[in-house]
Amino acid sequence: MKKEGQIRIPSGCAISAVISKDGERMSGESITNSMRPMHDRSNGLGGGFAAYGIYPEHKDEYAFHIFFDDNVTRETCERFLKEGFEMVKAELIPTRKIPEITDEPLIWRYFLSPLKSVLASMQIDEKEFVVRTVMKINTEIKGAYVFSSGKNMGAFKAVGFPEDVGRFYRLEDYGAYMWTAHGRYPTNTPGWWGGAHPFALLDYSVVHNGEISSYDANRRFIEMFGYKCNLQTDTEVITYIADYLLRRQELTLEETACVIAAPFWDTIRRKPEEEMKKLSYLRNVFSGLLITGPFSIILGFKGGLMALNDRLKLRSMVVGEKGDKVFIASEEAAIRTMQPELDRIYSPAGGQPVIVKVKEGIVL
Amino acid sequence: MKTINAKNSEYRELNRLIRDCNDNCTLKDCLGQRFIGAGMSDRNITVEGTPGNALGAYLNNANITVKGNAQDAVGDTMNDGRITIYGNIGDAAGYAMRGGEIYIKGNAGYRAGIHMKEYKDKVPVIVIGGKAGSFLGEYQAGGIIIVLGIGISDSQIVGNFPCTGMHGGKMLLRSDCKNVIFPKNVNTVHLSGEQLNGLSVYISEFCKLFGYDFKTIINSDFTLITPDSKNPYKQMYVMN
Repeated sequence: MKKEGQIRIPSGCAISAVISKDGERMSGESITNSMRPMHDRSNGLGGGFAAYGIYPEHKDEYAFHIFFDDNVTRETCERFLKEGFEMVKAELIPTRKIPEITDEPLIWRYFLSPLKSVLASMQIDEKEFVVRTVMKINTEIKGAYVFSSGKNMGAFKAVGFPEDVGRFYRLEDYGAYMWTAHGRYPTNTPGWWGGAHPFALLDYSVVHNGEISSYDANRRFIEMFGYKCNLQTDTEVITYIADYLLRRQELTLEETACVIAAPFWDTIRRKPEEEMKKLSYLRNVFSGLLITGPFSIILGFKGGLMALNDRLKLRSMVVGEKGDKVFIASEEAAIRTMQPELDRIYSPAGGQPVIVKVKEGIVL
Repeated sequence: MKTINAKNSEYRELNRLIRDCNDNCTLKDCLGQRFIGAGMSDRNITVEGTPGNALGAYLNNANITVKGNAQDAVGDTMNDGRITIYGNIGDAAGYAMRGGEIYIKGNAGYRAGIHMKEYKDKVPVIVIGGKAGSFLGEYQAGGIIIVLGIGISDSQIVGNFPCTGMHGGKMLLRSDCKNVIFPKNVNTVHLSGEQLNGLSVYISEFCKLFGYDFKTIINSDFTLITPDSKNPYKQMYVMN
């Protein structure tokens, strides 16, 4: 079978998320169940989850989750990793054998600390070093794919329906203050473990329902800055855009939303002068990062998330609130599965970011 | 009246149970099942819980009542009958609807009434009690869309870009619409509550369903929107 990146087939999908603003740890059982009523939005070719706050004993090390085709590739990759990192721990990610999930690759987890001497000689900071390492492995080591590389967080993904993927990875054994989830219905690529969502780089993770029509324009722009879009899936490019705008350009989340889901020029012209200037600046400078076509995404990061619809709102998204918890999903039914009674439920407008953060002062 | 426990049942099974029950039925603990009542005739279906997308798609002349919120594409290509929603409704309500009525007590999401159409005596109607999202009545080709904006304190009871591509039917908004920008291919007329003629029966029906005082609701400014000619987009795409 041809893999992701080798073929493009001309997405319905499902997304879901929960965050505790008090930083309370929640098991992965509830988020897994939230995907059940949305079963028909996926077709069994991909499901995945991102969990934040799950590795408190290793919170200062980068947690790499890696798929390997075989042990020879794993040994090659480990040798490469040891050139730049102290390998604090290496282990298989625990999984449960279930008939719904088959053909799994080797799935390993590493807790890594970049070597100070290597950083000093390369004259880059550790985050940039991690990004370059991930790009290098995913591009150059055939049969190895890093699908998670943040601190105290992790992505878990597979080919299968999301509710089965959750059981496969034993998500009930993890405690996270924030979960995001995805059920995949691939439209442009064949569906491979690496191509499932979330796409994650450093602490950023993206789950996405939609199909962006600006993919190639976005890819050309972002590849100028060292990112490699290996999989031809639109969600990968959104993840790199988030990293580029938030980490490297140091834009705020709101500004990032104004770049990727920029208001129409018509709308910008009607804004007060200051705001008009700012919005015009962002649209002009980052015109190559405007994302067009239908999307609803949830961007996870350390301490919070941002949910965003395309400005025409061609995909559905619902937000529910109960106490300190905020729920986001493609369908209200998914939210009601996690929390039947809500204080408030609403649908944000197209292009209007919903930003939720853990309260200040809470140690994550 | 038969009660069907919808909990954990799959939509095909659920629709089979509804079809087998030749009488009125109530679905309890509904959670996301799609296509409830699709294509059905001659029965009353009451839904408790949250029904899934495409509720009452191709509905013939059955009545569906939802006690809470409904999701996307309610009444997709509906032909006849009535859907009554006591809560809010998701995007694309009444998508390509060609007959029947949808009454919504709360708000509607984006694109309500997209591509509604009418033919002779088949005139579909959507009445939204709260506010409507952007692209209300997009490509509307027929039928009647009414938004009442009850309890909406914002200045706008519709989102952006209402009536985009409208080329038939009527839209009635209970507002002076001072801040609403309409496309140039439609005409707007300001009316008082006494000037609504045939349209007031739908508002009266709405008030009866949800317990509002008709006289209070009708005592307001209204704006009626219609396409500005039989062929408002002449020569836009081809030299016709």
